[in-house]
Amino acid sequence: MDNLTADARTTQQPGLHEAHRTRWKSFYYRLRKNKAALFGGYFLLFVILVAIIGPLLTQYDPSKIDYTAKFLKPSADHWFGTDHNGRDIFTRIIHGMRLTLSVGFVSVIIGAAFGIVLGIVSGYYGGKWDTFIMRITDVMLAFPGILLALAIVSVLGKNLFNVIIAVSIFSIPMFARVVRGSTLAVRRLEYIDAMRSLGASDRRIIFGHILPNILSPIIVQATLRIAVAILTASGLSFLGLGAQPPTPEWGAMLNDGRNYITDHPHVALFPGLSIVLVVIAFNLLGDGLRDVLDPKLKKL
Amino acid sequence: MSDNRTAKELLSVKHLKQYFPIKGGIFGRTVNVVKAVDDISFSVNEGETVSLVGESGCGKSTTGRAILRLDEPTSGEVMFEGTNLLALSKSQMNRKRKDLQMIFQDPYASLNPRKTAVQVLEEAMEIQNIVPKKERRSRAIELLETVGLSAYQADRYPHEFSGGQRQRIGIARALSVNPKLIISDEAVSALDVSIQAQVLNLMKSLQKEFKLTYLFISHDLGVVRHISDRIIVMYLGTIVEIADKQSLFRRPQHPYTRALLSAIPTLDPDRKKERILLKGDVPSPLNPPSGCRFHTRCMYATDRCKSEAPVLREAGMGGGHQAACHYIEEIAEGALYSRRE
Repeated sequence: MDNLTADARTTQQPGLHEAHRTRWKSFYYRLRKNKAALFGGYFLLFVILVAIIGPLLTQYDPSKIDYTAKFLKPSADHWFGTDHNGRDIFTRIIHGMRLTLSVGFVSVIIGAAFGIVLGIVSGYYGGKWDTFIMRITDVMLAFPGILLALAIVSVLGKNLFNVIIAVSIFSIPMFARVVRGSTLAVRRLEYIDAMRSLGASDRRIIFGHILPNILSPIIVQATLRIAVAILTASGLSFLGLGAQPPTPEWGAMLNDGRNYITDHPHVALFPGLSIVLVVIAFNLLGDGLRDVLDPKLKKL
Repeated sequence: MSDNRTAKELLSVKHLKQYFPIKGGIFGRTVNVVKAVDDISFSVNEGETVSLVGESGCGKSTTGRAILRLDEPTSGEVMFEGTNLLALSKSQMNRKRKDLQMIFQDPYASLNPRKTAVQVLEEAMEIQNIVPKKERRSRAIELLETVGLSAYQADRYPHEFSGGQRQRIGIARALSVNPKLIISDEAVSALDVSIQAQVLNLMKSLQKEFKLTYLFISHDLGVVRHISDRIIVMYLGTIVEIADKQSLFRRPQHPYTRALLSAIPTLDPDRKKERILLKGDVPSPLNPPSGCRFHTRCMYATDRCKSEAPVLREAGMGGGHQAACHYIEEIAEGALYSRRE
């Protein structure tokens, strides 16, 4: 660990807050060495910021149809040009950012919540529950994610909310598995035995001692899963199963542009580029976080 | 040192068995069992230090964990102050745990890396509800000072301490609930020799101060010699010899104990020591040898040893010195010759 910082600090009186601050500092310091991850992180901060305040900055309405202005090339007025209905693509992409990020974050948060509970039950209690939960996750992991999501959406009906549910569900087994493995490793450590020999309740052991020590792989997994979630959600919308027109969802916009790709490539180009950049940024950040927070996973 | 014959019995283990099933097949059937601890009985008196020694895999740590019910034993009785711990319900046992604590082997794994020294101790007191909330911090700092740390280190995280210091925090944690019995599972094995001595001496002085009873699990005979009143020697899940320290080191009776003691290096280069070398490895506890478990490696073994399991008996050694061997007298008199000579 960071012995250097620890030794440097022995001269002063370290308070609780300082210890936390130092941990963050050393975390940031190590992340900073990974330029790609840092780029991903800053790019995502920028994207999140734009998603929040962006809609206030453009003068166009994302769904106002204006046939006099259709298929305009990118220009100073319309940075990314206009689509087949004369809507400003830049405005639509900025509005779509909110949707895309919400779908990513919400579905991963739901998936993680269920996955963590199942994973901890499986890893901590073991036995029959473990076998039961893990066999079900094995079955779910055997399906390609997009296929599973497709099946769920076609059962529930096609709209963006059901896409979130579908993506959440197929995120659950991934989290359950990562959490189970980490729980098994932490559970064997002597400090868990120490808590048990003090008479601590299972709840205290799980929430006070296991969960805080398996957060790193969970954070890493969540970051990487957001990328997958965004890609899947866009994919479903592209196939017409997710966001319905005129919602400015990137996958749906990509589908709109598909018909005009030879004559007016910019209609499909910009939504596609947005998806690619955001997904790459999440992956870069996730990989960087993994190297910093969870060096053991690197080999996998 | 306490007088064993008049002292009160604090802990008494009777016919303790710990079998670990090995599951196999699709339906998780039990295909075999590891007999980690197989029918052992011993007692520990108030205020004394009893050591469990033996090589790795002989079941000494398993015994310690079984007493605390960290692993549920297969059968037997663990009487603590007249109560059978194994018969208590989970919540009754949790309340009882304040009387029995454990010090762990690995100082790098026995503290939660996300809790400061003072948080570790406060939590222990909170679980057992020992000290009112407002006084916990001052009591925790007091405890840290008792084990030789300073108040200004109270808010540090484990990674800011050395191995020896961490072990002191582990000791403080065990003390924080005012236990009567402390089981120390290889508590100093992971430390440097110089630090070992410091920690052992700390444990000794704490014993006097708080009237503690220790069950000291170790493979290190030098350490055991330093701290114990009585010693229990284990081999492959069974007890082969129980004796007080002087008696065991001076007159070991069981052939295994003799071999074990002959392995202690001496500081005197001129002194010639007979080194008894055992042949082969410890047999697997999956399928332990019949009769006396040591017969496969014993130089005196006869056909009787292969079929009949010896029981612990005094055989005229006195002072509670017991060994589990059919031929204690013969070996002592030199009447039985080693078949390997």
